[in-house]
Amino acid sequence: MNDSAEFPYIADEGIVELERGPEPGGLGGAYRAFGETLRGLKTTFARIIEGPVTIQYPEEKTPVYPRFRGRHKLHRFEDTELEKCVGCSLCAAACPADCIRVVAAENDPENRVSAGERYAEIYEINLARCIFCGYCEVACPFDAITMGHEYELADYNREDLVFTKEMLLAEPVERTPLRREGE
Amino acid sequence: MTLPLADTSFVEATWILVVKSIVIFAVIFAIVPMLTVVERKLLGRFQARYGPNRVGPMGLLQPLADAVKLISKEHYRPRAAIPALYYIAPSIVVFTGVATLAIIPFGNVQDGFGLYGIDVPIGILYFFAFGSIAFYGLLLGGWASGSKFSFLGAMRAAAQLISYEISMGLALLGAIMMAGSLSLVSIVEAQDQIWYVIPQFVGFLIFLVAGFAETNRAPFDLPEADAELVAGYGTEYGGMRYGSYALAEYIEMFVISAVAVTFFLGGWRGPGPGFLDPVWVVVKIFAFLFLFMWVRATLPRVRYDQLMSLGWKILLPLATVNVLVTAILVTVT
Repeated sequence: MNDSAEFPYIADEGIVELERGPEPGGLGGAYRAFGETLRGLKTTFARIIEGPVTIQYPEEKTPVYPRFRGRHKLHRFEDTELEKCVGCSLCAAACPADCIRVVAAENDPENRVSAGERYAEIYEINLARCIFCGYCEVACPFDAITMGHEYELADYNREDLVFTKEMLLAEPVERTPLRREGE
Repeated sequence: MTLPLADTSFVEATWILVVKSIVIFAVIFAIVPMLTVVERKLLGRFQARYGPNRVGPMGLLQPLADAVKLISKEHYRPRAAIPALYYIAPSIVVFTGVATLAIIPFGNVQDGFGLYGIDVPIGILYFFAFGSIAFYGLLLGGWASGSKFSFLGAMRAAAQLISYEISMGLALLGAIMMAGSLSLVSIVEAQDQIWYVIPQFVGFLIFLVAGFAETNRAPFDLPEADAELVAGYGTEYGGMRYGSYALAEYIEMFVISAVAVTFFLGGWRGPGPGFLDPVWVVVKIFAFLFLFMWVRATLPRVRYDQLMSLGWKILLPLATVNVLVTAILVTVT
């Protein structure tokens, strides 16, 4: 047995000298400590000049990115005001949390609700269960459901978190601010 | 050469003294609560946030909310505590803090009326006496709480007092020798040529560092080191008893700043007519208070052995040499 078996590295090349800071204590140490103290004071004072960066939440909302997945929105066609959803239940099938319930019904030709043959008579999303994965948005063949930007979803009762079709179709009362490019 | 320690020929009527003490008490108790909110707001700014801004305009009513909350708390005492001492301790610190304010000069005698509580001939010794008694408040409070964290905090407070009180005294001794008087009014009067911060710069620095240690402020807040000792001597205190400790800390901060202003920054001296004197004192004091808060926002708490070695190995020899050199210079010139 030679040495290389015990030391699987080449002794002279593997060892690097440790870089240590100057010894504390003594006059030099006191001088350095004083200097570093002043440097620290400068750092904190720069924060005063910089000003606060916090967002005053209930008054100012945190801006979200355009692809932020917040509460769902159902859409209508802008020109005909007809619902895009045709009640195909693909979103419900795609949902891993099983939180979407769709009951479809035939459209009355005189009084159409959606653009297709059928429409969603009941469309409910249980937001207490939703995991905001966005699969429903991907599954939808008509872009009828998208993930919105609203994120203030707290409520007092679980029942209140079951959002019906009317609630999902309605425009949010207050728009969530969007983050600008590069922000 | 026989100089009197202080000129005590100026004596005021008793009723004037009573009125003055009430005024000083009232003004300080108006300033100190504002100090707490100013500190919290400043700390916020130092950390790039706003600080309290919800209660009242710009959060200025925050101390009122704090006081109401503290006063309405249940009076709780641990079973292991010693009742009498446990109850008395917080009032000791507040009492000594307020008592020290009496000697702070806010201006010279104007129209036969001294703008200070009382000009005692022993001057600064009065300050040191009450400063030392203040630590009894911490010590008794910590010990009487019957909790190990309180006890450790109290022990630390005692050790810190011993380590820094000497350096602090020696740091002021230089200025006292240059002025040739113990009276704070005379010391300010002696600074008509030059503020002592320049000839006594070393003493000023030592006093400042020791002052941080005396007030238990960061980076020397080891007696209440909340990371390791919960809250040190204050662990078992709640409600307004805890509030008293906090109040006393701010009063002490104010006193230390005032003493620093008196000894090193020329007290009431500043441009303008005589009635601006108290304004100048308060402005200078607030500059010091800003420094206190700035340092708190900046420096991390020192380790206990660092605290001790700084006090005994650096500040004490430095202060001694400073006194020696000053003594020689004062005698020669």
